[in-house]
Amino acid sequence: MNYNWDWGVLFREPYLDWLISGFLWTISVSLAAWILAFTLGSIVGIARTVDNDWARGIATCYVETFRNIPLLVQMFLWYFVFPELLPYDAGMWVKRELPMPEFTTAVVCLGLYTASRVAEQVRAGIEAIGQGQRNAGLAIGLTPAQVYRYVLLPVSYRIIIPPLTSEFLTIFKNSSVALTIGVLETTAQARQIEEYTFQGFEAFTAATLLYIVVTSVVMLLMKLIEGRVRIPGMISLGAK
Amino acid sequence: MINLKKISKWYGDFQVLDDCSTQVEKGEVVVVCGPSGSGKSTLIKCVNGLEPFQQGEITVDGVSVGGKDTNLSQLRSRIGMVFQNFELFPHISVVDNIKLAQLKVLGRSDDEAHKNAMRLLDRVGLADQADKHPAQLSGGQQQRVAIARALAMDPIAMLFDEPTSALDPEMINEVLDVMVELAKDGMTMMVVTHEMGFARRVANRVIFMDEGRIEEDCTREEFFNTTRGERAQIFLSKILEH
Ligand SMILES: Nc1ncnc2c1ncn2[C@@H]1O[C@H](COP(=O)(O)OP(=O)(O)OP(=O)(O)O)[C@@H](O)[C@H]1O
Ligand SMILES: [Mg+2]
Repeated sequence: MNYNWDWGVLFREPYLDWLISGFLWTISVSLAAWILAFTLGSIVGIARTVDNDWARGIATCYVETFRNIPLLVQMFLWYFVFPELLPYDAGMWVKRELPMPEFTTAVVCLGLYTASRVAEQVRAGIEAIGQGQRNAGLAIGLTPAQVYRYVLLPVSYRIIIPPLTSEFLTIFKNSSVALTIGVLETTAQARQIEEYTFQGFEAFTAATLLYIVVTSVVMLLMKLIEGRVRIPGMISLGAK
Repeated sequence: MINLKKISKWYGDFQVLDDCSTQVEKGEVVVVCGPSGSGKSTLIKCVNGLEPFQQGEITVDGVSVGGKDTNLSQLRSRIGMVFQNFELFPHISVVDNIKLAQLKVLGRSDDEAHKNAMRLLDRVGLADQADKHPAQLSGGQQQRVAIARALAMDPIAMLFDEPTSALDPEMINEVLDVMVELAKDGMTMMVVTHEMGFARRVANRVIFMDEGRIEEDCTREEFFNTTRGERAQIFLSKILEH
């Protein structure tokens, strides 16, 4: 193979700037999408466990729809098809005046998709706790909402820290799909560096390292949090 | 105090409760027994509305449990309940378990709730365990905390659903002792249990259930001394063997 290795390219302008900027976009898309996914996913997940057929039905539809359409397809649907489905004025506004259209679309798409996965984890966490705790909360006079707030959720979020961590790492990796609608995140920038310099190996190695660093930091952080909120005396929370 | 009138309940086609009527007067202790699956838990959960029922009427202190306008949470806050599996909240300390509903339901101040919690922990003999988490206590200790948690709401009546059947034999008495004390203090109690020793000591009445029906509902003396129906006889001889 006739390849001219040149690691120096990573530290030359403007390529270093490109990588940094790509990395920042990756972080921004992931964090913003995660906030949306976590909030909406919690609401939908809770709705799947409440004592109301309508709430449960709607939440189930949401989960089945968003979980079963490939993310790439959803990205195209939001970016190209969604504005056409809106009333004319709203569609024009989305096409012309939506601030940072690629970024916003990527965040919404990734957030709504991941929300369906977060919802499933939240539901599983609540169901793992069982009817007995719910009854105990109701029996001392807590309202159903208070039972969630003070009894079910504090325990179920502890149970699902590991799967939620893995969902966050997935959102972070999935953020690379945003390049298909033009967000210049890490992977897109690596591609661009390759096109300008033909040093693709170096560029993608750098991108890979960036992903690995973030992944490791997140895992470490979540382990710390898990230890911090561990319930004294509890061996396994879910097993009951 | 507690009044059940012709309660029937179905799970789909299966009838769990069949025309059950009884009442518990203020200060009375009523023991409910019967074979597994006879509907004891279901009946007692109907009393505080944890289980809905399709027919009949239950009133507690004059308030209709199934009533459309009844504020169930408020009614439940006045009825204590103790479960077979303790059901303490695992993520908060023992004292916080007893404080939670005092703060969130009754709106007591932290100071008042704390004092009350410590007083009750002292009463069930666990003041030194206040800052532990439930999983760090033995089953018997957890159940005593659960009783204290219910008492913290100053209930007008207490419901017990097999409070000792998940306990190792050596821990049963420490829980029964607390319950006997309560009974002697005049608490209105409805107790699902197979502990006939407890029934002999403090029950005013004993109810025997079978296949969703109340088959016997009589005073303690009648229950233990008179010849009972055949089913109750067989049941009694089985549990008294132990
Ligand atoms: N959610 C439910 N759906 C369908 N059937 C149920 C449900 N809960 C209880 N049952 C049935 O109702 C009947 C009465 O149950 P219940 O728990 O009240 O009995 P029990 O007298 O308390 O028995 P045990 O001594 O085993 O606690 C049982 O046959 C049980 O299988
Ligand atoms: Mg039972």
